[in-house]
Amino acid sequence: MRNIFLFIRRYFNLLTFLLLQFVALYFLFNYNRFHRASFLGIANEITGNINSRYDKLDDYFHQGEENRRVHRMNDSLLNLLEQNYLVPDTGMQVRVDTLRGDTIEQYRRYLWREAKVINNAVNRQRNYLQLNRGAKHGIRDNMAVLNSDGSVVGVVVNVSSNFSQVMSLLHVQSKVNASLKKTKEFGSVEWDAVDPRYLLLKGIPKNEEIVKGDTVLTSVYSYNFPPDHIIGTVNSVTIDKATGLYLIKVATNANFYNLQQVFVVENLHRSEQVLLDEETRKKIDEVKPVNR
Amino acid sequence: MSDLLKNIIRFLIFILVQVFVLDNIPPLHQFIVPIIYFLFILWLPFSISRFWLMIIGFLTGLSLDYFTMTPGLHAAACVLIAYARPFVINILTPKDTSEFNYREPSPKSMGWTPYLVYTLILTFLHNIYLVFLEWLQFGSFLDFLIKVIATTGISMMLIILTEILFPRRLRYRTNTPG
Repeated sequence: MRNIFLFIRRYFNLLTFLLLQFVALYFLFNYNRFHRASFLGIANEITGNINSRYDKLDDYFHQGEENRRVHRMNDSLLNLLEQNYLVPDTGMQVRVDTLRGDTIEQYRRYLWREAKVINNAVNRQRNYLQLNRGAKHGIRDNMAVLNSDGSVVGVVVNVSSNFSQVMSLLHVQSKVNASLKKTKEFGSVEWDAVDPRYLLLKGIPKNEEIVKGDTVLTSVYSYNFPPDHIIGTVNSVTIDKATGLYLIKVATNANFYNLQQVFVVENLHRSEQVLLDEETRKKIDEVKPVNR
Repeated sequence: MSDLLKNIIRFLIFILVQVFVLDNIPPLHQFIVPIIYFLFILWLPFSISRFWLMIIGFLTGLSLDYFTMTPGLHAAACVLIAYARPFVINILTPKDTSEFNYREPSPKSMGWTPYLVYTLILTFLHNIYLVFLEWLQFGSFLDFLIKVIATTGISMMLIILTEILFPRRLRYRTNTPG
């Protein structure tokens, strides 16, 4: 017993060092499982508070550009209004179903909420944004985040009561279902941590010609993102020798250097879709041994 | 100003500068990441015991981690340099204590060359561990090597600039407390 105490006393510093290293590495490698722990929630509140103060000041430098972007967005929405269109056939009339108001909730798939980016990074391998909306305002994990002009920014990964953290597209673990506007073929958009202006689109087969400037949209198969929102445009096309598929460099449509106002989009059917998916897998896995 | 108050103010300034200035600089290149917050640990007084040095290092790293959403990453690197700091200081400073009267490491108290060696060793240790932990999860080995060298170079440049721009007025170590 005495020897143990002597040992601890003698190597006290080394033991402290090892203990602290262990704690730090435990935090780091268990982050994904761990991030709902309450003290990270509290830390999120504190950093959120400081970030939102800083952001108030930062706002003044971006207002002009943000106004123009919102104005363009309004312009594109105004152009969609019904009164802009005439019915070519005079014998036909457009009737608006008055019942629509009562039943619309049932069919609603995406719910949009506005939010403000209060902290943003682009110079790491794992970049996160912080938004000034949290669980109190209905934000949950896995909601999509779109820029004020509708282009894709990222996915919510962690929520505290007043703030939320978003995994930006510029994150080496980010993977977004995407499709080409022209050919409708789908692949996934990832980031290789090289340049914050460019993403990689992988998994597109070499069937059709792809040229510079083609639009990359979110896929209709995505659980998180509403379909047909722009991710970026094709910058250059190479062929991945290992797989024989296209490897496409995509210039992001959102300017990640100055994100300001964003939308958080909730897929109201997401939990149902994910549940169905999981149950299908379970069912098939159970059946498998019988077939063998 | 007492050492405690001075160091608390320093701590806040270093963390805020790292989060809101250096992390917001548009990246020149994927390998170049300006990091300077750990200079706070290098500037702590000589008199702090190793145990507290490591605890302070852990807390410093963790506070930065909460801003960057990487719990444990910077904390691990900071604990490492806090642990290594006394070894490096022992090697670089004269054993004769009569020549060694200042409270904390600085170019003035140690001389420019020993001070630069001291910061270089610890900066290198910090960055190599930090980049190593990042690299474990993503990247190629060549990326790792280049990034360690590039970040260490940038950090050293920032440290030298800080020393020239903000020379610290140092008091002699005295027998009277305070």
